Amino acid sequence: MAATALPTLTAKDLTTDQEVRWCPGCGDYSILAQMKKALSTVGVPKEKMAFVSGIGCSSRFPYYMNTYGFHTIHGRAPTFATGLRLAQPDLQIWLVTGDGDGLSIGGNHLMHVLRRNVDIKILLFNNEIYGLTKGQYSPTSRMGTKTKTSPQGSMEQPARPLTVALAAEATFVARTIDVDVQHLTGILQKAAAHKGTAFVEIYQNCKIFNDGVFEYATDKSVKADNLLYLEHGKPMIFGKDRTKGIRLNGLRPEVVQVGKDCGVDDLLIHDETTEDPTLATLLSRMVGPDFPEVVGVYRSVRKPCYEELLQKAADAEIAKKGKGTMADLFKAEDIWTVS
Amino acid sequence: MTPPAGAGVAEPKSAARTTPATSVEVDSVTIRFAGDSGDGMQLAGTQFTNTSALFGNDIATFPDFPAEIRAPAGTLAGVSGFQVHFSSREVHTPGDVLDALVVMNPAALKTNLKDLKDGGVLIVNSDAFEDNDLKKAKYTVNPLEDGSLKGYKVVRVPVTKLTRESVKESGLTSPRDQDRCKNFFALGLVYWMFERPLDTTLKWIKDKFGKKPEHLPVLEANTRALKAGYNYGDTVEVMPVHYKVAKAPIEPGTYRKITGNEALALGLVAAAHAAGKTLVYSGYPITPASSVLEQLADMKRHGVKTLQAEDEIAACGVAIGASFGGAIGVTGTSGPGICLKSEAIGLAIMTELPLVILDIQRGGPSTGLPTKTEQADLLQAMFGRNGESPAAILAPQSPADCFDIAYEAVRIATRFMCPVFVLSDGYLANGSEPWKLPDVSKLAKIEITHPTEPNSDGTQFHENGDGTKGKYLPYKRDEYLSRPWAIPGTPGLEHRLGGIEKQDTTGNINYEPANHEHMIHTRWKKIENIAHVIPELAVHGPADAELLLIGWGGTYGSIRAACERAQKQGKKVAWAHLRHLNPMPKNTEAVLKRYKQVLVPELNSGQLCWLLRARYLVPAEGLNKVQGRPFLVSEIEAAIAEKLK
Ligand code: SF4
Repeated sequence: MAATALPTLTAKDLTTDQEVRWCPGCGDYSILAQMKKALSTVGVPKEKMAFVSGIGCSSRFPYYMNTYGFHTIHGRAPTFATGLRLAQPDLQIWLVTGDGDGLSIGGNHLMHVLRRNVDIKILLFNNEIYGLTKGQYSPTSRMGTKTKTSPQGSMEQPARPLTVALAAEATFVARTIDVDVQHLTGILQKAAAHKGTAFVEIYQNCKIFNDGVFEYATDKSVKADNLLYLEHGKPMIFGKDRTKGIRLNGLRPEVVQVGKDCGVDDLLIHDETTEDPTLATLLSRMVGPDFPEVVGVYRSVRKPCYEELLQKAADAEIAKKGKGTMADLFKAEDIWTVS
Repeated sequence: MTPPAGAGVAEPKSAARTTPATSVEVDSVTIRFAGDSGDGMQLAGTQFTNTSALFGNDIATFPDFPAEIRAPAGTLAGVSGFQVHFSSREVHTPGDVLDALVVMNPAALKTNLKDLKDGGVLIVNSDAFEDNDLKKAKYTVNPLEDGSLKGYKVVRVPVTKLTRESVKESGLTSPRDQDRCKNFFALGLVYWMFERPLDTTLKWIKDKFGKKPEHLPVLEANTRALKAGYNYGDTVEVMPVHYKVAKAPIEPGTYRKITGNEALALGLVAAAHAAGKTLVYSGYPITPASSVLEQLADMKRHGVKTLQAEDEIAACGVAIGASFGGAIGVTGTSGPGICLKSEAIGLAIMTELPLVILDIQRGGPSTGLPTKTEQADLLQAMFGRNGESPAAILAPQSPADCFDIAYEAVRIATRFMCPVFVLSDGYLANGSEPWKLPDVSKLAKIEITHPTEPNSDGTQFHENGDGTKGKYLPYKRDEYLSRPWAIPGTPGLEHRLGGIEKQDTTGNINYEPANHEHMIHTRWKKIENIAHVIPELAVHGPADAELLLIGWGGTYGSIRAACERAQKQGKKVAWAHLRHLNPMPKNTEAVLKRYKQVLVPELNSGQLCWLLRARYLVPAEGLNKVQGRPFLVSEIEAAIAEKLK
């Protein structure tokens, strides 16, 4: 979306009269605030925006945005958003989902909307728990997470949202954190500018049922050592003193001490435009404590969207046979006249 | 059609004809082509139908497919059939009993013979009755030789041998390819038998195989086989007579042959044209609904957008999302798909968005009988969702009526902002009949207005701060209780829809007990209001009738034919057919209460009967058949006789 001289929105323009009902201290508040901030700058009038969601705490989001909104059913938001896109080629469509909504009940739809590259910006608020149903483990809960339905600790491998998205051929993949407000705003703006399906995982703290699960990534005293901020064209360096880096050893990324194990030139250089998602996939699999967790834009490539290809096919057909009218609708190969 | 009495088994003769065959005039013939699913019987049947329709007969067809795409060749499970009823009178069904049967192998003989009338013509490919073929069809003795076919006029034709002979010089060399022309040989023979011209089929062969040089041998071979079959009838004395079926008196106009699924697709697109809207259709492949998606996928120049969804739920979600965006959102499936879509349909009911759901019913429950017909989803469409969630229900009564019903479904969905079910079935979907092209100027108008201005008048809903002028109230209702359809992109009307219970008028989330009850009732009343814009139920029969037959959907033809026959015999029977099931026409109760007896023929265990009894407290009784096959006219006739005894 080109930033033209369209009316700039304020956060207030984007606020509805509905009382926000998330728990005090919930990470969702920060995301809502940054969303309004980000959208005030993208140059799209609010009637040209729509928020679509499924079910869960995060899915209340549309009620709080003074744009068009559709709070749908559990897990299926990508399908409604896809239909909306087919009807409305110019709308900016945001889809808000969670780890349960997007990866459990709606896992199938998530994979297919990404694969089709429908122009929708998907935000997955990952709090690694079911909040709205009061604290059951989710598909992203770490092994051993104790909840009411996993009293001995979760026995399931957690799903990695970004790995899933990359495997599904997502054309824009990013990760950010609810309380890292500047980074969050920046990622939202980049997602808004992407043509195609954008997939953003947001680490989101559930104050009530999973408080502190991302503390390693939000606590100022430790986060620099636990996070790697991706920058396009820059070497992958992290750490409080920025002395650590990521090097590729065969097919394995490894953490190295820059200046000791190797020079900066030996580090991986981030290129978000790489066609091949392999490296991005390796990054998406890096988890603590052995690795820093990677935030930023993993991948941003332009590929045709489903709706663009559909339009192209329609245009080609019209060029060949003319625009369809009611009158020529009924013509068939074999028609006959009785007089 | 009356073949010469006591003809018995005609021994194959290859003597050239010395005298021309006698021509016998009959007014109606039912013929079935049956063979292995690889034998091309659907094609032969379709060609015969097209030729007869173009010739000027009235027609009705009934294809019968095996559930497996390719069951082992020659087995009973692999038999595929195509039945055509063609007549010099009006026809409403594909026919009860066969006047003629063409069988390409023993399995086809075994599964179809029971439908051939006594003394009927049986054309047999005698080359396919070797030991191995017989074994596959579970025959221990050769039925062509044990006298068991004595009651029929058997015409033994070495179709395989003659076909190979006829295509020898076509350029097709492998016997396998040559054998694939057998259906054209058989078709040619049948064309001779019924004095049909070959040109429609010759043209079809040319259009189909004349475009690519590598197909030219196929073109040549099929043409030769077709002609050889015809000439065989003409010159070889295997058939002493041929039959003439005159043109039917048909209303003047331009016609085409149409199947139910073709008509559904056209009806939807016509409605979208009438409304000036994009049609968004999303489906997931499922028998017998897939062909609607297939056709619409090829109609992009008509503003149709299709998406083959990842599953049934997604298909429904896409349609609803498109409706939210202001398009005509439609999804289509069969019974198992409706189960999966239920929750999404509930959302469309709650958000009061237009949605058309095609349910091409098939035998159930579960996977059931995918290729067979049944009318067993009525109560599912009526009640099969959580909570009290009313939707409109329509049902086409014939393949051509699928056009009108699809069109009507769009009109109702957009006027009343609600989901509308279209309950077709496998019989209508694949069956065909001549269809008079509609007069475009006479189609009902579909006028859709999307608000562009706020609609609050400044006096209501102060408590939520919504009373101020300049608000858009998404649930402010009109005289039919329908709500406005503001679409994304409209400045100033930004609003949120969702599945949570809402306050009427404002649409704000609301959990108050009295509000919920009010909304439940309002959603019902809105659907009931549809009765104001649909025609009354028409009754056909004498004023002093004692028995009313009332049906719905694809049983129309059989019910009508049976009642008309009974009426001709002076029986005091009337009939009516429901195309609108929810709501039913306003006069339904009055009609039902006029008769001493009410009989409800249905291809289920009594679903409409149940609804009529529950709703109108009438002692309706069911006439039920759940065999995956349509009613025979004779079955309904017998039931009428029994009731009026
Ligand atoms: S339950 Fe957790 S995620 Fe849900 S609103 Fe409360 S804090 Fe937020």
